[in-house]
Amino acid sequence: MAQRNVNHAGQVSPAELHSEDHGHPDMEEMRKFGFWIYLMTDIIIFGTLFATYIVLKGNTNGGPGPADLFQIGGIIVSTFILLISSYTSGLAVLAMHKGNRQALMRWLGVTALLGAAFIAMEVNEFIHLVGEGATLSTSAFLSAFYTLVGTHGLHVLVGLVWMIAIIIQLGKHGITPVTKRKVHIISLFWHFLDVVWIFVFTIVYLMGVS
Amino acid sequence: MWEKVKSFASEFFVTGDPMIYGADVSIVLVTLAIIVGLSYFKKWGWLWREWLTTVDHKKIGIMYIIASFIMLFRGGVDALLMRAQLAMPNMEFLAADHYNQVFTTHGVIMILFMAMPFMFGLFNVIVPLQIGARDVAYPFLNALSFWLFFSGAMLFNLSFVIGGSPDAGWLAYPPYSGLMHNPGVGQDFYIWGIQISGIGSLMTGINFIVTILKMRAPGMKLMKMPMFPWSVLSSCIAIIFSFPILTATLALLFLDRYAGAHFFTLDGGGNPMMYINLIWMWGHPEVYIIVLPAFGIFSEIVSTFAKKKLFGYKSMVFAMIIISVLSFLVWAHHFFTMGSGADVNAFFALTTMLIAIPTGVKVFNWLFTMFRGKITFETPMLWTIGFIPCFVTGGMTGVLLSVAPADFQFHNSYFLVAHFHHVIIGGVVFGYFAGLYYWWPKLFGFKLNERIGKWAFWLWNIGFYLCFMPQYVLGLMGMTRRVYTYGWDKGWWEMNLVSTIGAGFMGIAFLFQIWQIIYSVKHLKKDETGDPWNGRTLEWSIPSPAPLYNFATLPQVSDQDEWWEEKQRRANGQQVPAKPVLEPIHMPKNSGIPIVMSMCWFLAGFGFVFHWQWLTIPGLIGVVACMLVHSFNYNNDYYIPVDEITRTESELRKVTS
Amino acid sequence: MKTPQAYKALRWFASLSMMVLVLFATTGCTKNMIVLDPKGPIAEQQRDLMLISTILCAVVIVPVLILTAVIVWRYRDKKGRKAKYKPNWEHSTKLEIIWWGIPIIIIIALGVITVKGTYALEPSKPLKSDVKPITIQVTSLDWKWLFQYPEQGIASVNYVQFPENVPIRFEITADSPMNSFWIPQLGGQMYAMSGMAMTLHLQADEKGEYMGSGANFTGREFAKMYFTANATSQEAFDQWVSEVKTSSPALTLDGYKELAKPAASDVRMFSAFPKGLFEMTVTKYASSHNHGLSWKDINKIQLEE
Repeated sequence: MAQRNVNHAGQVSPAELHSEDHGHPDMEEMRKFGFWIYLMTDIIIFGTLFATYIVLKGNTNGGPGPADLFQIGGIIVSTFILLISSYTSGLAVLAMHKGNRQALMRWLGVTALLGAAFIAMEVNEFIHLVGEGATLSTSAFLSAFYTLVGTHGLHVLVGLVWMIAIIIQLGKHGITPVTKRKVHIISLFWHFLDVVWIFVFTIVYLMGVS
Repeated sequence: MWEKVKSFASEFFVTGDPMIYGADVSIVLVTLAIIVGLSYFKKWGWLWREWLTTVDHKKIGIMYIIASFIMLFRGGVDALLMRAQLAMPNMEFLAADHYNQVFTTHGVIMILFMAMPFMFGLFNVIVPLQIGARDVAYPFLNALSFWLFFSGAMLFNLSFVIGGSPDAGWLAYPPYSGLMHNPGVGQDFYIWGIQISGIGSLMTGINFIVTILKMRAPGMKLMKMPMFPWSVLSSCIAIIFSFPILTATLALLFLDRYAGAHFFTLDGGGNPMMYINLIWMWGHPEVYIIVLPAFGIFSEIVSTFAKKKLFGYKSMVFAMIIISVLSFLVWAHHFFTMGSGADVNAFFALTTMLIAIPTGVKVFNWLFTMFRGKITFETPMLWTIGFIPCFVTGGMTGVLLSVAPADFQFHNSYFLVAHFHHVIIGGVVFGYFAGLYYWWPKLFGFKLNERIGKWAFWLWNIGFYLCFMPQYVLGLMGMTRRVYTYGWDKGWWEMNLVSTIGAGFMGIAFLFQIWQIIYSVKHLKKDETGDPWNGRTLEWSIPSPAPLYNFATLPQVSDQDEWWEEKQRRANGQQVPAKPVLEPIHMPKNSGIPIVMSMCWFLAGFGFVFHWQWLTIPGLIGVVACMLVHSFNYNNDYYIPVDEITRTESELRKVTS
Repeated sequence: MKTPQAYKALRWFASLSMMVLVLFATTGCTKNMIVLDPKGPIAEQQRDLMLISTILCAVVIVPVLILTAVIVWRYRDKKGRKAKYKPNWEHSTKLEIIWWGIPIIIIIALGVITVKGTYALEPSKPLKSDVKPITIQVTSLDWKWLFQYPEQGIASVNYVQFPENVPIRFEITADSPMNSFWIPQLGGQMYAMSGMAMTLHLQADEKGEYMGSGANFTGREFAKMYFTANATSQEAFDQWVSEVKTSSPALTLDGYKELAKPAASDVRMFSAFPKGLFEMTVTKYASSHNHGLSWKDINKIQLEE
């Protein structure tokens, strides 16, 4: 008996117990916090790929270099598309805070469409490059280029599928603490990808052609 | 047709070695025995409900530990094979290729599939109990981490019988690990086995950081947290910063091998030195990742068995954080001989030496915890006391290695081999054993037999020193690592023979431990107190094994050694145990998704290894599908009603009163 | 075997075997510990560094080991013990300053020595000597070492000879996975890497045959990559060179390709080698790096052709 009753429940206020026990809101906060940590790990993955790219940039193996390949016009367009999509995902979160489910779903839909456009442009760029004979195995520079830019693109693609899944869930469940957290997380992810892209744009494209 | 099948099979399966045929037969037999046994006793449902789909941190922890013991066995057999081959000059026990595979798998398995899961197992079973939580932050993710580790380990071990094992060393330096020099599938098994389990490790890192930061019992300030969770926190911080580098690096190596990229190749502008840098930027923190929790375990045990507060709590915390940070600044000491120049070498030599300072402080604090204590010598404490001289001397050889110009002589020699086994066995393995013996009663509700345990301890120690001290000498005799044989002319055979005998002792010691477990189960003496060691921290305040929800009501913490202080307060009559006010407890539901998703990863990985798109693509689609199914599932938790808690508690009370 | 006597015997056995081991290590085998038996200035300084650092470490380690034994013995739990028991004594700023301080002082001392040594023993730094150094080009092949003497015009496999008391400038590369070139009695090792020529300066102060090896794993017959480093008098060296020149075949480019094929090899001598073979081996791998020509330039050149 003595061994068992160690829990000094008498000292815990019911309110505290409540928030610990039925911790739904608490739990959603915790999930967001975990996602921030995940983003840190993703930063390190990108950091590694950026470092690789910078080391290998000059190793063109007699093949084309950045200045020969990149057409900055198209890249600027896709950069704007991604920036705007970041903005629309922000509008989605604002609509959510106002409790406007229709607007929330609409803005998420717009964000997803812009994301899809971005991916389409990237695929198009890659096809064009391969057509010019610049493939992953042409040189170390191109290996690093495709891997860095492709990894970002893959992230956008994952975000896209995820966003569509969340839109459907919003349609089913409405704005609940759970869906709210999911919208927060995807929007965080989307802004993150935007920031990564700014680095890609600067380090790979701008510094490549200049 | 038949010819085609035959030629495929002879490529697909590893052939030509009686040992491997033996392994084939035993794998088939064991699998059959498990299937028949489970069917006969109608245990499939039980296995699925209670274990395969569980999200309970205690069960996941136990599964981790069982898996790590199996891996310890395999890695140990590898070690014995190597020692047998090197026992005498010109032995023809293992062929060169086979030897190369064995040292590679030994290293990979011991670090990634033995030490890591052993560590995660201890994290899982103990951290939530010590911080007064009902589970980890993300139970579903936790199960997924385990099954990813499990899939990765299976994939890696499969290479023993299918396709062929990797043979490029545990870190697979290119260009040797590249397609040009290493066209077989072994290296691909290596990449995917580690990659899949590495993703699991990364998620575990995130999970425990959040658990420790966000789920401590009310009143448990960070500076009142027991030392083990602190060590887990510092280890997990190192995990989240280093494992992404591993993920990226392996992905690049994979692209080199699979898609003809030129990251680390000799042609096309690749740069193998970059791989060596990247892999050690993960690899060095990795060894601190596995040793920091061992430090935490020793801290818990020392203060429990000296019956005294841990000396210098703040120093201990500070030291661990410094170690965790410094571990990221030393990677280049693994290749002083790569011609980086004196500036670089001097910098990394200094950072490496700096680590000796906080580590030394920890040793002093452990010693002074025992000083003016009342020491008893149960097995957990024996391992701890065995650890101190072992780690101190092993650490010293580490400082010797860090003297960059001298390292030009130590590098790649058996001196180095002796050093890292010295600190990894003396630090990590001793630490985890100590932890396992210490917390075993909490896991299973009974103590392990002390007498057999002491035999195992002494045999391990004899074996350890016999095995590795001669290797220091061999290093000074100029013997290089990874040679599969040597001649009589070298004068190395005496020391090698002694070393092999030592390895045999460690093998026997391991058998003693297995016997110890079997013996203790057979002569089971149930521990009814829940606190068999007179412990100091919260895990000892609840019955053993802990109920599903751990704490019927969450404890209110006011002291660093909360449970110890509580016992004092009660003894002094300052506090009477209050009658708990129960409320329904919120729990996560079991889920089959983690195991299914991990199997999909396994299939995808297997497809990547053999370039079978027809397997890879469905595997990856399965992974995505599992994620979506999980995302769409809103029915993933439930409440344990009060009367059920009352029933459980009163049953446990019967046992514990 | 489960009796306490047997258990005690086990402990005795443990201590005894440790002592035997220490004895083993300190007596019979020292003559074999070639790393501690240097025959050249570099290895000698490295040996000295090893000894100094060992002593510095021992200053802390030995007292710690003694302290451990004393504490464990004195504070063990037994009836009628005289030693104090203070269960709540957990902090002492004075003590903690001491054991943060001592390691810091030791590490500072060791750090100063190490940094000095790192610069002094940087392997690409030529040795101080009045004698003109001899250059030997080393190539790691699967699984053999090729030595080329650009000044003498000869080459050898798994055997290298040089005059004593003459600084040697080794230029090291690989036409194989990364290896490491190591002659323990003359000095520490240096990685042999494709696409790079690493320099390592060594010197032998005494005549003698020293073991050399490949220290970094390169595959199946890696364990066969030993070679003899023979330090002789200048006359004997000259004689050896002229002997090789007259009695050995020449290494042709095809011969090199044959030699580079993965296999272990016996000792071999060549009276000549293709001119620029070493440089070719290095640039073969380095050529894929950027040469400053852009792709369009190359295309233009090709078009013009």
